[in-house]
Amino acid sequence: MSIDLSTVRRIANLARIEVAEEELPPLATELNKILAFVEQLEAVNTDDVQPLTSVVDAQLPQRVDEVTDGGYPDRVLANAPHAEHGFFTVPKVIE
Amino acid sequence: MTALTDLTIVEARAGLTAGEFSARELTQAYIDAMTAARGLNAYIAETPDHALAQADAADQAIRAGTAGPLAGIPLGIKDLFCTEGVHSQASSKMLDGFKPAYESTVTSNLWRDGAVMLGKLSMDEFAMGSSNETSYAGAVINPWRAQGSDQNLVPGGSSGGSSAAVAAHIAAGATGTDTGGSIRQPAAFTGTVGIKPTYGRCSRWGIISYASSLDQAGPIARTVRDAALMLGSMAGYDPKDSTSINRPVPNYRAALTGDIRGLKVGIPKEYRPDTLPPEIQKLWDQGVAWLKDGGAEIREVSLPHTQYALATYYIVAPAEASSNLARYDGVRYGLRVNGSNLNDMYAKSRGAGFGGEVKRRILIGTYVLSAGYYDAYYLKAQKVRSLIARDFATAFQDVDVLLTPTAPSAAFAVGETTDPISMYLNDVFTVPASLAGLPAMSVPTGLSSTGLPLGLQLIGRVFDEETVLNVGSVIERAAKFTARPTSWWRA
Repeated sequence: MSIDLSTVRRIANLARIEVAEEELPPLATELNKILAFVEQLEAVNTDDVQPLTSVVDAQLPQRVDEVTDGGYPDRVLANAPHAEHGFFTVPKVIE
Repeated sequence: MTALTDLTIVEARAGLTAGEFSARELTQAYIDAMTAARGLNAYIAETPDHALAQADAADQAIRAGTAGPLAGIPLGIKDLFCTEGVHSQASSKMLDGFKPAYESTVTSNLWRDGAVMLGKLSMDEFAMGSSNETSYAGAVINPWRAQGSDQNLVPGGSSGGSSAAVAAHIAAGATGTDTGGSIRQPAAFTGTVGIKPTYGRCSRWGIISYASSLDQAGPIARTVRDAALMLGSMAGYDPKDSTSINRPVPNYRAALTGDIRGLKVGIPKEYRPDTLPPEIQKLWDQGVAWLKDGGAEIREVSLPHTQYALATYYIVAPAEASSNLARYDGVRYGLRVNGSNLNDMYAKSRGAGFGGEVKRRILIGTYVLSAGYYDAYYLKAQKVRSLIARDFATAFQDVDVLLTPTAPSAAFAVGETTDPISMYLNDVFTVPASLAGLPAMSVPTGLSSTGLPLGLQLIGRVFDEETVLNVGSVIERAAKFTARPTSWWRA
Protein backbone atom coordinates (compact mmCIF):
# COMPACT_ATOMS: atom_id res chain seq x y z
CA MET A 1 0.00 0.00 0.00
CA SER A 2 1.32 3.40 -0.88
CA ILE A 3 -0.20 6.73 -0.03
CA ASP A 4 -0.42 9.60 -2.49
CA LEU A 5 -0.58 13.34 -1.95
CA SER A 6 -4.36 13.45 -1.74
CA THR A 7 -4.29 10.79 1.00
CA VAL A 8 -1.72 12.79 2.97
CA ARG A 9 -3.93 15.84 2.55
CA ARG A 10 -6.94 13.83 3.76
CA ILE A 11 -5.27 12.39 6.88
CA ALA A 12 -3.75 15.79 7.72
CA ASN A 13 -7.28 17.16 7.62
CA LEU A 14 -8.56 14.28 9.78
CA ALA A 15 -5.75 15.03 12.26
CA ARG A 16 -6.48 18.78 12.05
CA ILE A 17 -2.88 19.64 11.22
CA GLU A 18 -2.27 22.32 8.63
CA VAL A 19 0.31 21.16 6.09
CA ALA A 20 1.54 23.52 3.38
CA GLU A 21 1.28 22.23 -0.22
CA GLU A 22 5.06 22.15 -0.64
CA GLU A 23 5.42 20.01 2.50
CA LEU A 24 3.11 17.30 1.15
CA PRO A 25 5.56 15.48 -1.20
CA PRO A 26 8.40 15.01 1.35
CA LEU A 27 5.85 14.02 3.99
CA ALA A 28 4.32 11.44 1.63
CA THR A 29 7.79 9.98 1.01
CA GLU A 30 8.51 9.71 4.75
CA LEU A 31 5.12 8.22 5.57
CA ASN A 32 5.47 5.67 2.78
CA LYS A 33 8.86 4.63 4.13
CA ILE A 34 7.36 4.09 7.58
CA LEU A 35 4.37 2.19 6.17
CA ALA A 36 6.69 0.00 4.06
CA PHE A 37 8.64 -0.74 7.25
CA VAL A 38 5.59 -1.73 9.30
CA GLU A 39 4.11 -3.83 6.51
CA GLN A 40 6.56 -6.62 7.41
CA LEU A 41 3.90 -7.66 9.95
CA GLU A 42 1.90 -9.15 7.08
CA ALA A 43 4.36 -12.06 7.17
CA VAL A 44 3.28 -13.06 10.70
CA ASN A 45 0.56 -15.65 11.03
CA THR A 46 -1.96 -14.27 13.50
CA ASP A 47 -4.82 -16.68 12.84
CA ASP A 48 -6.49 -17.54 16.14
CA VAL A 49 -4.46 -14.90 18.02
CA GLN A 50 -6.39 -12.48 20.19
CA PRO A 51 -5.26 -8.84 20.07
CA LEU A 52 -3.48 -7.75 23.24
CA THR A 53 -5.68 -5.49 25.30
CA SER A 54 -3.75 -5.29 28.58
CA VAL A 55 -0.07 -5.96 29.24
CA VAL A 56 -0.66 -6.79 32.88
CA ASP A 57 -3.36 -9.23 33.86
CA ALA A 58 -5.54 -6.92 35.90
CA GLN A 59 -9.18 -6.02 36.22
CA LEU A 60 -10.06 -2.40 35.75
CA PRO A 61 -11.14 -1.08 39.12
CA GLN A 62 -14.60 0.29 39.67
CA ARG A 63 -15.73 2.99 42.02
CA VAL A 64 -18.96 4.60 43.08
CA ASP A 65 -20.20 7.02 40.41
CA GLU A 66 -20.01 10.26 42.33
CA VAL A 67 -18.43 13.67 41.88
CA THR A 68 -15.03 13.64 43.59
CA ASP A 69 -13.38 16.67 42.06
CA GLY A 70 -14.12 20.04 40.53
CA GLY A 71 -15.71 23.32 41.53
CA TYR A 72 -12.77 25.51 40.54
CA PRO A 73 -13.40 27.00 37.09
CA ASP A 74 -10.64 29.57 37.59
CA ARG A 75 -8.00 26.84 37.84
CA VAL A 76 -9.49 24.99 34.87
CA LEU A 77 -9.39 28.15 32.77
CA ALA A 78 -6.02 29.37 34.04
CA ASN A 79 -4.12 28.07 30.99
CA ALA A 80 -6.71 28.91 28.34
CA PRO A 81 -5.36 31.12 25.55
CA HIS A 82 -8.77 32.87 25.53
CA ALA A 83 -11.41 32.73 28.26
CA GLU A 84 -14.31 35.02 29.09
CA HIS A 85 -16.97 35.02 31.79
CA GLY A 86 -15.87 31.64 33.13
CA PHE A 87 -15.88 29.91 29.74
CA PHE A 88 -13.39 28.82 27.09
CA THR A 89 -13.91 30.88 23.95
CA VAL A 90 -13.57 29.73 20.34
CA PRO A 91 -14.16 31.36 16.94
CA LYS A 92 -17.83 31.68 16.02
CA VAL A 93 -19.20 28.29 14.90
CA ILE A 94 -22.65 29.37 13.64
CA GLU A 95 -23.27 31.53 10.60
CA MET B 1 37.39 16.52 49.66
CA THR B 2 34.77 15.07 47.34
CA ALA B 3 32.51 17.68 45.78
CA LEU B 4 28.98 17.46 47.17
CA THR B 5 27.68 16.90 43.63
CA ASP B 6 29.84 13.78 43.31
CA LEU B 7 28.04 11.96 46.12
CA THR B 8 25.51 9.30 45.20
CA ILE B 9 22.00 9.73 46.59
CA VAL B 10 22.68 7.09 49.24
CA GLU B 11 25.95 8.81 50.26
CA ALA B 12 24.31 12.25 50.28
CA ARG B 13 21.48 10.97 52.48
CA ALA B 14 24.05 9.58 54.94
CA GLY B 15 25.93 12.90 54.97
CA LEU B 16 22.72 14.83 55.56
CA THR B 17 21.63 12.54 58.36
CA ALA B 18 25.05 12.79 60.02
CA GLY B 19 24.92 16.59 59.75
CA GLU B 20 28.10 16.79 57.63
CA PHE B 21 26.36 19.30 55.37
CA SER B 22 22.89 20.75 55.02
CA ALA B 23 20.31 20.17 52.30
CA ARG B 24 20.68 23.87 51.47
CA GLU B 25 24.45 23.46 50.94
CA LEU B 26 23.92 20.36 48.82
CA THR B 27 21.20 22.06 46.78
CA GLN B 28 23.28 25.21 46.29
CA ALA B 29 26.17 23.07 45.01
CA TYR B 30 23.83 21.55 42.43
CA ILE B 31 22.36 24.92 41.46
CA ASP B 32 25.91 26.22 40.84
CA ALA B 33 26.78 23.14 38.78
CA MET B 34 23.50 23.40 36.84
CA THR B 35 24.13 27.08 36.07
CA ALA B 36 27.65 26.33 34.88
CA ALA B 37 26.40 23.57 32.58
CA ARG B 38 23.91 25.53 30.49
CA GLY B 39 25.94 24.62 27.41
CA LEU B 40 24.55 21.08 27.67
CA ASN B 41 21.00 22.44 27.29
CA ALA B 42 19.75 19.72 29.67
CA TYR B 43 17.39 21.92 31.70
CA ILE B 44 14.50 23.53 29.87
CA ALA B 45 13.47 25.43 33.03
CA GLU B 46 15.55 26.01 36.17
CA THR B 47 13.77 26.44 39.51
CA PRO B 48 16.51 27.43 41.98
CA ASP B 49 14.27 29.36 44.39
CA HIS B 50 11.81 26.49 44.54
CA ALA B 51 14.75 24.12 45.17
CA LEU B 52 16.16 26.16 48.05
CA ALA B 53 12.74 26.42 49.71
CA GLN B 54 12.35 22.64 49.50
CA ALA B 55 15.91 22.21 50.79
CA ASP B 56 15.14 24.38 53.83
CA ALA B 57 12.06 22.29 54.53
CA ALA B 58 14.21 19.15 54.25
CA ASP B 59 16.75 20.59 56.70
CA GLN B 60 13.95 21.22 59.18
CA ALA B 61 12.61 17.70 58.74
CA ILE B 62 16.09 16.24 59.22
CA ARG B 63 16.51 18.22 62.46
CA ALA B 64 13.06 17.17 63.62
CA GLY B 65 13.74 13.51 62.81
CA THR B 66 10.84 13.33 60.38
CA ALA B 67 12.90 13.22 57.17
CA GLY B 68 11.69 11.01 54.32
CA PRO B 69 13.93 8.64 52.35
CA LEU B 70 14.82 11.32 49.77
CA ALA B 71 14.93 14.33 52.10
CA GLY B 72 17.19 17.04 50.70
CA ILE B 73 18.12 15.17 47.49
CA PRO B 74 18.20 17.51 44.45
CA LEU B 75 16.53 15.93 41.43
CA GLY B 76 15.76 16.98 37.88
CA ILE B 77 12.26 16.30 36.58
CA LYS B 78 11.53 15.42 32.97
CA ASP B 79 9.36 18.07 31.31
CA LEU B 80 6.69 15.40 30.68
CA PHE B 81 5.67 15.46 34.37
CA CYS B 82 3.11 18.08 35.36
CA THR B 83 4.51 20.17 38.19
CA GLU B 84 2.18 22.67 39.77
CA GLY B 85 2.82 26.24 38.65
CA VAL B 86 6.04 25.25 36.89
CA HIS B 87 6.93 24.90 33.17
CA SER B 88 5.48 21.58 31.92
CA GLN B 89 5.53 21.52 28.14
CA ALA B 90 6.83 18.11 27.05
CA SER B 91 9.49 20.19 25.25
CA SER B 92 6.81 21.29 22.78
CA LYS B 93 5.78 24.66 21.44
CA MET B 94 2.23 23.24 21.39
CA LEU B 95 2.12 23.60 25.19
CA ASP B 96 3.51 27.13 25.06
CA GLY B 97 3.21 28.76 28.48
CA PHE B 98 1.48 25.79 30.13
CA LYS B 99 1.78 25.78 33.91
CA PRO B 100 -0.39 23.04 35.41
CA ALA B 101 -2.71 23.71 38.31
CA TYR B 102 -1.88 20.26 39.70
CA GLU B 103 1.03 17.97 40.46
CA SER B 104 1.64 14.53 38.91
CA THR B 105 1.33 11.60 41.30
CA VAL B 106 4.94 10.48 40.76
CA THR B 107 6.39 13.91 41.55
CA SER B 108 3.99 14.28 44.51
CA ASN B 109 5.42 11.03 45.85
CA LEU B 110 8.96 12.38 45.50
CA TRP B 111 8.11 15.62 47.34
CA ARG B 112 6.28 13.61 50.04
CA ASP B 113 9.60 11.80 50.61
CA GLY B 114 11.53 15.07 50.84
CA ALA B 115 13.15 15.40 47.40
CA VAL B 116 14.13 18.79 45.98
CA MET B 117 13.35 19.92 42.40
CA LEU B 118 16.19 21.71 40.61
CA GLY B 119 14.21 22.24 37.44
CA LYS B 120 12.58 20.62 34.42
CA LEU B 121 14.64 18.57 32.03
CA SER B 122 14.44 18.72 28.29
CA MET B 123 13.32 15.73 26.25
CA ASP B 124 12.29 14.75 22.75
CA GLU B 125 9.05 16.57 21.96
CA PHE B 126 6.15 14.63 23.53
CA ALA B 127 8.69 11.84 24.24
CA MET B 128 8.91 11.01 20.53
CA GLY B 129 12.51 10.41 19.65
CA SER B 130 15.69 8.56 20.53
CA SER B 131 18.22 11.40 20.49
CA ASN B 132 16.68 14.41 22.25
CA GLU B 133 17.01 16.40 19.04
CA THR B 134 13.24 16.97 18.60
CA SER B 135 12.85 19.29 21.62
CA TYR B 136 11.61 22.74 20.65
CA ALA B 137 14.41 24.09 22.84
CA GLY B 138 17.04 22.42 20.66
CA ALA B 139 19.23 19.36 21.06
CA VAL B 140 20.54 18.32 24.48
CA ILE B 141 24.26 17.60 24.41
CA ASN B 142 25.75 14.43 25.89
CA PRO B 143 28.42 15.21 28.52
CA TRP B 144 30.42 12.36 26.98
CA ARG B 145 32.64 12.91 23.96
CA ALA B 146 34.63 10.39 21.99
CA GLN B 147 38.33 10.28 22.82
CA GLY B 148 40.22 13.13 21.20
CA SER B 149 37.04 14.59 19.68
CA ASP B 150 35.11 17.76 20.42
CA GLN B 151 32.09 16.71 18.36
CA ASN B 152 28.75 17.02 20.18
CA LEU B 153 26.99 13.70 20.76
CA VAL B 154 23.34 13.01 21.58
CA PRO B 155 22.40 11.87 25.12
CA GLY B 156 19.78 9.45 23.79
CA GLY B 157 16.07 9.99 24.08
CA SER B 158 13.48 10.69 24.87
CA SER B 159 14.71 11.20 28.47
CA GLY B 160 17.91 12.82 27.18
CA GLY B 161 17.84 15.84 29.48
CA SER B 162 17.50 13.42 32.39
CA SER B 163 20.41 11.20 31.34
CA ALA B 164 22.67 14.15 30.49
CA ALA B 165 21.93 15.86 33.83
CA VAL B 166 22.67 12.74 35.87
CA ALA B 167 25.88 11.99 33.92
CA ALA B 168 27.08 15.59 34.24
CA HIS B 169 26.36 15.59 38.02
CA ILE B 170 23.94 18.51 37.67
CA ALA B 171 21.21 16.40 39.30
CA ALA B 172 21.65 13.63 41.87
CA GLY B 173 18.99 11.66 40.02
CA ALA B 174 16.22 12.36 37.56
CA THR B 175 12.79 11.15 36.60
CA GLY B 176 12.34 9.70 33.15
CA THR B 177 9.59 8.03 31.21
CA ASP B 178 9.89 5.07 28.90
CA THR B 179 7.50 4.17 26.09
CA GLY B 180 9.82 2.12 23.87
CA GLY B 181 13.20 2.60 25.53
CA SER B 182 13.23 6.26 26.55
CA ILE B 183 14.79 5.60 29.97
CA ARG B 184 17.09 2.70 29.09
CA GLN B 185 18.67 3.90 25.83
CA PRO B 186 19.60 7.37 27.22
CA ALA B 187 21.01 5.67 30.32
CA ALA B 188 23.17 3.46 28.09
CA PHE B 189 24.37 6.48 26.08
CA THR B 190 25.48 8.37 29.20
CA GLY B 191 26.91 5.73 31.54
CA THR B 192 23.96 5.95 33.92
CA VAL B 193 21.47 3.48 35.39
CA GLY B 194 17.87 3.63 34.17
CA ILE B 195 14.97 1.37 35.08
CA LYS B 196 11.51 1.15 33.56
CA PRO B 197 9.35 -0.74 36.04
CA THR B 198 6.43 -3.01 35.19
CA TYR B 199 3.59 -1.22 33.41
CA GLY B 200 1.25 -0.02 36.16
CA ARG B 201 3.90 0.20 38.89
CA CYS B 202 4.11 4.00 38.68
CA SER B 203 1.00 6.10 38.25
CA ARG B 204 0.67 7.83 34.88
CA TRP B 205 -1.60 10.50 36.39
CA GLY B 206 -0.23 13.95 35.57
CA ILE B 207 2.32 12.63 33.08
CA ILE B 208 1.65 14.09 29.64
CA SER B 209 0.50 11.12 27.56
CA TYR B 210 2.22 9.74 24.50
CA ALA B 211 1.16 6.07 24.10
CA SER B 212 -0.91 5.16 27.13
CA SER B 213 -0.59 1.36 26.94
CA LEU B 214 3.21 1.69 26.97
CA ASP B 215 4.11 4.86 28.93
CA GLN B 216 5.76 4.19 32.28
CA ALA B 217 7.82 6.39 34.60
CA GLY B 218 11.10 5.40 36.19
CA PRO B 219 14.35 6.87 37.55
CA ILE B 220 17.71 7.59 35.95
CA ALA B 221 20.48 7.56 38.55
CA ARG B 222 24.20 6.99 38.94
CA THR B 223 23.99 3.66 40.75
CA VAL B 224 21.60 0.74 40.98
CA ARG B 225 21.12 1.47 44.68
CA ASP B 226 20.13 5.07 43.96
CA ALA B 227 17.72 3.89 41.26
CA ALA B 228 16.18 1.42 43.71
CA LEU B 229 15.74 4.16 46.29
CA MET B 230 14.10 6.54 43.81
CA LEU B 231 11.84 3.87 42.32
CA GLY B 232 10.62 2.97 45.80
CA SER B 233 9.38 6.55 46.20
CA MET B 234 7.98 6.96 42.68
CA ALA B 235 6.02 3.69 42.59
CA GLY B 236 2.70 2.94 44.22
CA TYR B 237 -0.98 2.47 43.65
CA ASP B 238 -2.96 5.51 42.57
CA PRO B 239 -6.74 5.40 42.23
CA LYS B 240 -6.47 8.30 39.76
CA ASP B 241 -4.81 6.02 37.18
CA SER B 242 -7.09 3.09 36.31
CA THR B 243 -4.11 1.08 35.03
CA SER B 244 -2.12 1.60 38.23
CA ILE B 245 -1.56 -1.70 40.01
CA ASN B 246 -2.91 -2.13 43.52
CA ARG B 247 -0.18 -4.15 45.17
CA PRO B 248 2.43 -3.22 47.73
CA VAL B 249 5.73 -1.70 46.57
CA PRO B 250 8.54 -3.97 47.72
CA ASN B 251 11.57 -2.63 49.55
CA TYR B 252 13.77 -2.42 46.47
CA ARG B 253 16.97 -1.64 48.34
CA ALA B 254 16.52 -4.73 50.48
CA ALA B 255 16.37 -6.76 47.26
CA LEU B 256 20.00 -5.85 46.48
CA THR B 257 21.54 -8.84 48.22
CA GLY B 258 24.13 -9.45 45.50
CA ASP B 259 23.33 -13.15 45.81
CA ILE B 260 22.39 -14.64 42.42
CA ARG B 261 23.45 -18.23 43.07
CA GLY B 262 21.20 -20.63 41.21
CA LEU B 263 19.41 -17.85 39.37
CA LYS B 264 18.63 -18.71 35.76
CA VAL B 265 19.61 -16.02 33.28
CA GLY B 266 18.28 -16.22 29.72
CA ILE B 267 20.23 -15.05 26.67
CA PRO B 268 17.78 -14.42 23.82
CA LYS B 269 19.39 -15.58 20.60
CA GLU B 270 17.29 -13.20 18.49
CA TYR B 271 19.07 -10.22 20.10
CA ARG B 272 22.22 -11.08 18.16
CA PRO B 273 21.69 -9.64 14.68
CA ASP B 274 24.51 -9.91 12.13
CA THR B 275 24.89 -6.15 12.36
CA LEU B 276 25.64 -6.18 16.10
CA PRO B 277 29.00 -4.42 16.56
CA PRO B 278 31.69 -6.82 17.87
CA GLU B 279 32.43 -4.60 20.87
CA ILE B 280 28.79 -4.84 22.00
CA GLN B 281 28.84 -8.60 21.53
CA LYS B 282 32.04 -8.71 23.59
CA LEU B 283 30.48 -6.65 26.35
CA TRP B 284 27.46 -8.94 26.38
CA ASP B 285 29.72 -12.03 26.64
CA GLN B 286 31.51 -10.29 29.50
CA GLY B 287 28.18 -9.74 31.24
CA VAL B 288 27.38 -13.42 30.88
CA ALA B 289 30.76 -14.30 32.40
CA TRP B 290 30.18 -11.97 35.38
CA LEU B 291 26.82 -13.55 36.13
CA LYS B 292 28.30 -17.04 35.80
CA ASP B 293 31.02 -16.03 38.27
CA GLY B 294 28.26 -14.93 40.62
CA GLY B 295 26.77 -18.42 40.53
CA ALA B 296 23.98 -17.87 37.99
CA GLU B 297 23.08 -20.48 35.44
CA ILE B 298 23.06 -19.24 31.84
CA ARG B 299 20.56 -20.55 29.32
CA GLU B 300 19.92 -19.61 25.71
CA VAL B 301 16.28 -18.77 25.11
CA SER B 302 14.27 -17.91 22.03
CA LEU B 303 11.94 -14.96 21.56
CA PRO B 304 10.91 -15.73 17.98
CA HIS B 305 8.82 -12.63 17.31
CA THR B 306 11.51 -10.15 18.35
CA GLN B 307 12.14 -9.05 14.77
CA TYR B 308 8.56 -7.77 14.53
CA ALA B 309 8.63 -5.68 17.70
CA LEU B 310 9.71 -2.38 16.13
CA ALA B 311 7.10 -2.55 13.36
CA THR B 312 4.45 -3.40 15.96
CA TYR B 313 5.56 -0.49 18.10
CA TYR B 314 5.51 1.96 15.19
CA ILE B 315 1.84 1.14 14.62
CA VAL B 316 0.61 0.92 18.21
CA ALA B 317 2.47 3.96 19.60
CA PRO B 318 1.53 6.42 16.81
CA ALA B 319 -2.07 5.18 16.91
CA GLU B 320 -2.32 5.91 20.62
CA ALA B 321 -0.43 9.17 20.16
CA SER B 322 -2.81 10.41 17.46
CA SER B 323 -5.67 9.86 19.89
CA ASN B 324 -3.90 11.30 22.96
CA LEU B 325 -2.62 14.39 21.17
CA ALA B 326 -6.07 15.23 19.82
CA ARG B 327 -6.51 17.18 23.07
CA TYR B 328 -4.21 19.98 21.84
CA ASP B 329 -6.86 22.10 20.24
CA GLY B 330 -5.74 25.67 20.97
CA VAL B 331 -8.77 26.07 23.25
CA ARG B 332 -7.95 24.77 26.72
CA TYR B 333 -4.20 25.29 27.06
CA GLY B 334 -1.07 25.93 25.08
CA LEU B 335 -0.57 27.56 21.72
CA ARG B 336 -3.42 29.09 19.77
CA VAL B 337 -3.13 30.44 16.26
CA ASN B 338 -6.24 32.23 15.09
CA GLY B 339 -8.02 31.02 11.98
CA SER B 340 -11.02 31.93 9.84
CA ASN B 341 -13.22 29.38 11.63
CA LEU B 342 -12.99 26.75 14.37
CA ASN B 343 -11.52 24.00 12.16
CA ASP B 344 -9.02 26.40 10.67
CA MET B 345 -7.98 27.50 14.16
CA TYR B 346 -7.41 23.85 15.19
CA ALA B 347 -5.37 23.09 12.08
CA LYS B 348 -3.29 26.27 12.26
CA SER B 349 -2.60 25.87 15.99
CA ARG B 350 -1.56 22.23 15.60
CA GLY B 351 0.38 22.93 12.41
CA ALA B 352 2.39 25.62 14.19
CA GLY B 353 2.64 23.90 17.58
CA PHE B 354 3.86 20.39 16.70
CA GLY B 355 7.34 19.64 15.38
CA GLY B 356 8.13 17.38 12.43
CA GLU B 357 8.47 14.03 14.23
CA VAL B 358 5.29 14.57 16.25
CA LYS B 359 3.35 15.44 13.08
CA ARG B 360 4.70 12.34 11.35
CA ARG B 361 3.56 10.10 14.19
CA ILE B 362 0.14 11.72 14.49
CA LEU B 363 -0.39 11.31 10.73
CA ILE B 364 0.75 7.66 10.74
CA GLY B 365 -1.48 7.02 13.74
CA THR B 366 -4.44 8.73 12.09
CA TYR B 367 -3.88 6.66 8.95
CA VAL B 368 -3.62 3.26 10.67
CA LEU B 369 -6.78 3.97 12.66
CA SER B 370 -8.77 5.34 9.72
CA ALA B 371 -11.72 3.54 8.18
CA GLY B 372 -10.63 0.60 6.04
CA TYR B 373 -7.12 0.35 7.52
CA TYR B 374 -7.80 -0.36 11.19
CA ASP B 375 -7.84 -4.17 10.81
CA ALA B 376 -4.86 -4.33 8.46
CA TYR B 377 -2.61 -2.22 10.65
CA TYR B 378 -3.77 -1.61 14.21
CA LEU B 379 -5.58 -4.88 14.92
CA LYS B 380 -2.80 -6.82 13.22
CA ALA B 381 -0.18 -5.06 15.35
CA GLN B 382 -2.10 -5.76 18.57
CA LYS B 383 -2.19 -9.46 17.61
CA VAL B 384 1.55 -9.55 16.95
CA ARG B 385 1.96 -7.79 20.29
CA SER B 386 0.17 -10.74 21.92
CA LEU B 387 2.70 -13.08 20.29
CA ILE B 388 5.61 -10.96 21.54
CA ALA B 389 4.20 -11.00 25.08
CA ARG B 390 3.67 -14.77 24.79
CA ASP B 391 7.32 -15.25 23.74
CA PHE B 392 8.43 -13.61 26.99
CA ALA B 393 5.94 -15.59 29.09
CA THR B 394 7.29 -18.82 27.59
CA ALA B 395 10.92 -17.82 28.18
CA PHE B 396 10.16 -16.92 31.80
CA GLN B 397 8.96 -20.47 32.41
CA ASP B 398 12.62 -21.49 32.07
CA VAL B 399 14.58 -18.47 33.29
CA ASP B 400 14.29 -15.74 35.94
CA VAL B 401 15.72 -12.78 34.05
CA LEU B 402 17.04 -11.95 30.57
CA LEU B 403 20.35 -10.27 29.71
CA THR B 404 20.72 -8.33 26.44
CA PRO B 405 22.52 -5.26 25.13
CA THR B 406 20.56 -2.02 25.74
CA ALA B 407 21.26 -0.31 22.42
CA PRO B 408 22.87 -1.37 19.14
CA SER B 409 25.52 1.38 19.29
CA ALA B 410 27.16 3.97 21.51
CA ALA B 411 25.97 7.60 21.39
CA PHE B 412 26.05 9.11 17.91
CA ALA B 413 26.66 12.67 16.78
CA VAL B 414 24.06 15.43 16.88
CA GLY B 415 22.60 15.71 13.38
CA GLU B 416 24.04 12.36 12.26
CA THR B 417 20.80 10.36 12.06
CA THR B 418 18.17 12.09 9.96
CA ASP B 419 16.16 9.19 8.54
CA PRO B 420 13.20 8.28 10.82
CA ILE B 421 13.57 4.51 10.33
CA SER B 422 17.29 4.58 11.20
CA MET B 423 16.40 6.53 14.33
CA TYR B 424 13.72 3.97 15.26
CA LEU B 425 16.31 1.16 15.06
CA ASN B 426 17.95 2.55 18.22
CA ASP B 427 15.15 0.97 20.19
CA VAL B 428 15.42 -2.50 18.67
CA PHE B 429 16.45 -4.12 22.00
CA THR B 430 14.24 -2.03 24.30
CA VAL B 431 10.88 -2.01 22.50
CA PRO B 432 9.98 -5.71 23.00
CA ALA B 433 9.92 -5.45 26.82
CA SER B 434 7.81 -2.27 26.53
CA LEU B 435 5.25 -4.03 24.35
CA ALA B 436 5.03 -6.79 26.96
CA GLY B 437 4.91 -4.34 29.90
CA LEU B 438 7.92 -5.96 31.60
CA PRO B 439 10.39 -4.31 33.99
CA ALA B 440 13.75 -3.62 32.35
CA MET B 441 16.91 -1.77 33.32
CA SER B 442 20.09 -0.55 31.67
CA VAL B 443 23.35 -0.75 33.64
CA PRO B 444 26.59 0.86 32.44
CA THR B 445 29.17 -1.85 31.89
CA GLY B 446 32.03 -0.52 29.83
CA LEU B 447 33.42 1.87 27.25
CA SER B 448 33.47 1.55 23.49
CA SER B 449 36.73 1.63 21.52
CA THR B 450 36.25 5.41 21.28
CA GLY B 451 35.72 5.80 25.03
CA LEU B 452 31.92 6.09 25.07
CA PRO B 453 29.69 4.31 27.59
CA LEU B 454 27.82 1.12 26.71
CA GLY B 455 25.12 -0.60 28.72
CA LEU B 456 23.55 -3.99 29.22
CA GLN B 457 19.84 -4.51 29.70
CA LEU B 458 18.11 -6.81 32.18
CA ILE B 459 14.48 -7.76 31.57
CA GLY B 460 12.43 -9.33 34.36
CA ARG B 461 9.11 -11.00 34.94
CA VAL B 462 6.02 -8.89 35.46
CA PHE B 463 6.30 -7.10 38.86
CA ASP B 464 9.76 -8.53 39.48
CA GLU B 465 11.80 -5.34 39.56
CA GLU B 466 13.61 -6.86 42.56
CA THR B 467 15.41 -9.53 40.52
CA VAL B 468 16.22 -7.00 37.79
CA LEU B 469 17.73 -4.63 40.36
CA ASN B 470 19.60 -7.36 42.22
CA VAL B 471 21.16 -8.84 39.08
CA GLY B 472 21.91 -5.28 37.96
CA SER B 473 23.78 -4.65 41.19
CA VAL B 474 25.90 -7.76 40.56
CA ILE B 475 26.81 -6.55 37.06
CA GLU B 476 27.49 -3.08 38.41
CA ARG B 477 29.87 -4.41 41.04
CA ALA B 478 31.69 -6.63 38.53
CA ALA B 479 31.90 -3.92 35.85
CA LYS B 480 33.34 -1.32 38.25
CA PHE B 481 32.18 1.40 35.87
CA THR B 482 33.80 4.50 37.33
CA ALA B 483 34.65 6.37 34.11
CA ARG B 484 33.40 9.95 33.93
CA PRO B 485 33.29 12.51 31.17
CA THR B 486 35.71 15.44 31.50
CA SER B 487 33.82 18.59 32.50
CA TRP B 488 34.48 20.40 29.20
CA TRP B 489 31.11 22.14 29.49
CA ARG B 490 31.83 24.04 32.70
CA ALA B 491 31.36 27.73 32.11
